[in-house]
Amino acid sequence: MERLNYNSPEIAKKILDEIHLYSHKDTAIMEFCGTHTHSRFKFGIKELLPKNINMISGPGCPVCVTDNKDIDYCIALSSLPDVIIATFGDMVRVPGSYKSLQEAKADGSDIKIVYSSIDALNIAKENPYKKVIFLGVGFETTAPTVAASIIEAEKNGINNYFVYSMHKLTPPAMKAILDLGEVNLNGILGPGHVSTVIGWKSWEFVPLEYKIPVVVAGFDAVDILLGVFILVKMYEDNKLEVANTYIRAVKPFGNSYALNLIDEVFEKEDTSWRGLGELPQSGLKIKDKYKRFDAKVRFPLDVPSTPKPKGCRCDEVIRGVIAPLECPLFKTVCSPAQPIGPCMVSSEGTCSAYYLYGGGR
Amino acid sequence: MNQILLSHGSGGKLTHQLIKDIFIKYFDNPILSQMNDSAVFSTSGKLAFTTDSYVVNPIFFPGGDIGKLAVNGTVNDLSMMGAKPIYISTGFIIEEGFSIEELEKVARSIKEASEEAEVEIVTGDTKVVERGKADKLFINTSGIGIIPEEIDIRGDNARPGDAVIVSGTIGDHGIAILSQRKDLHFSTVIKSDTAPLNKMVEGMIRAVKEIHVLRDPTRGGLATTLNEIAKASSVGIEISESEIPVSAPVENACNLLGLDPLYIANEGKLVAIVPRDKVEELLEVMRKFLYGKEAKVIGEVTQGHPQTVLLRTRLGAHRILDMLTGDPLPRIC
Repeated sequence: MERLNYNSPEIAKKILDEIHLYSHKDTAIMEFCGTHTHSRFKFGIKELLPKNINMISGPGCPVCVTDNKDIDYCIALSSLPDVIIATFGDMVRVPGSYKSLQEAKADGSDIKIVYSSIDALNIAKENPYKKVIFLGVGFETTAPTVAASIIEAEKNGINNYFVYSMHKLTPPAMKAILDLGEVNLNGILGPGHVSTVIGWKSWEFVPLEYKIPVVVAGFDAVDILLGVFILVKMYEDNKLEVANTYIRAVKPFGNSYALNLIDEVFEKEDTSWRGLGELPQSGLKIKDKYKRFDAKVRFPLDVPSTPKPKGCRCDEVIRGVIAPLECPLFKTVCSPAQPIGPCMVSSEGTCSAYYLYGGGR
Repeated sequence: MNQILLSHGSGGKLTHQLIKDIFIKYFDNPILSQMNDSAVFSTSGKLAFTTDSYVVNPIFFPGGDIGKLAVNGTVNDLSMMGAKPIYISTGFIIEEGFSIEELEKVARSIKEASEEAEVEIVTGDTKVVERGKADKLFINTSGIGIIPEEIDIRGDNARPGDAVIVSGTIGDHGIAILSQRKDLHFSTVIKSDTAPLNKMVEGMIRAVKEIHVLRDPTRGGLATTLNEIAKASSVGIEISESEIPVSAPVENACNLLGLDPLYIANEGKLVAIVPRDKVEELLEVMRKFLYGKEAKVIGEVTQGHPQTVLLRTRLGAHRILDMLTGDPLPRIC
């Protein structure tokens, strides 16, 4: 069978024609995922949609929603003796209250960029006399692989591997944004990758309780346009459902293997989100059974709370209340080269998408 | 003795032995063998002079090594001014404990690269630093080239209406290096495109005197290079995503890692900006050379949106293509 080209300009054009045909009402659609925002800008979809459709970026950027206090904690961990910090690249440039990990590295901290927690585990194996701390940032998509690395460490008796868990769950964030009611939404483009793990049925509370349709979509041009088209159609036809257009990856109840991994290692806890505050049962902490791998238990540090950087409006960008252009720092003092807030740093951040793809021209 | 000691950089007997056994052995030519404090030679005409340091990690990678890169990089920097490279210098900074066998391998590769580019290594220097103060081997090369009469190739020379040509697929070098980093466990065989472009450039300027700009899109990739040209020449540039040549393995690797090939380094490609009516002539010449076989037009220089590069996406929308910000991958060259 020939593989469908999900970036086919011809198919995209047909869907765009349908969107233009169907869409009459002013329609506000939130894309939950930062990756959707980046893809949308990369393909230039904004310019091709009818003017009455307003796409709003949501909180789906794990680095962006990480609380300042956690960033400061990570930087403090990096200055402990005999510690190697293993982290995804995005985290390195996020400014904390005093400095970033990048600056800590220049000051002499040993910080290594990895592409997965398994790479971090390998660094621990290769450096038995060092303590390797993996900075666990991510949603339900990342948590299973981190859980797997902890199980692997347990199995192989690796005693110098630790995880600082900042993992967060997406449904509570969705709920928080809708409860706040700051943005009027007519449709939500649901997170594709997260839904591969938790299943599209996890979003049924949105049409049920908040009367907003959801379409779970992939990240290629055709995926995004099809998602928008179905949302437009549901809104125009007053239908309230969850639709799944990412059928090549997403199942109703998700991936049970991945969910079991999360359940084996982590348990839910109340946690603080940048922009959304403390949300009940929205974070993942390492269970007591595996607490010897928990960097928070092994390296308890007293990190004071600090106010957010002056003028930075990442909070409101995360909630979809403002677009980056409305932040006075955007492109004036805040840029990917010298970021003030995390939304400008992460490859999933809304400000970074606006900046990189000329959305803020 | 199979490893470099601090005494190899002391200027004493071991230094002389190293120079004789490795550098003279491979680089020998009448100017170098005089062994004076400077290389002495006569030349005439307009000269181009450039320098570059190479700190690539790892030093051996598919498609080349630090030595080949160091020669080709400097040869290409001269070529991008339309100059014919003639002489280069090599400065080695070696970490104590580095393997002499590997040093010899790099020297052999420098010899081969300089033979291909037809340049001579006429002067050099060797320093050894304590273990941990450098990473295996760093090389600096400088080069001198002669610019033929009537040639005026500069970054600020692009004019509205000109065509933008790229000599082949982009992103190969950066992804080749990335795939070799030990913390990545990446099983692709993407080769670096490191290559000397001087012969092709010689052919190009012989055929078309009116080439306005030549640039090699190294660090920062094609997007950054085009931005530099747009800014220097105060013109707009518009390129078409569907025309940009990217090999399938590079495209797949970029998708997997969330990288954009437009920002990935090349070491054997060039961008040429030429009047529209010279395009066919130039492409015909370029395609006769091994390193220009896949040359093609990817866009044009515009009067509108000065100092800005626009990308026409596959869907027909436009977006601004900015310079590289941040550093997706340190020490690629």
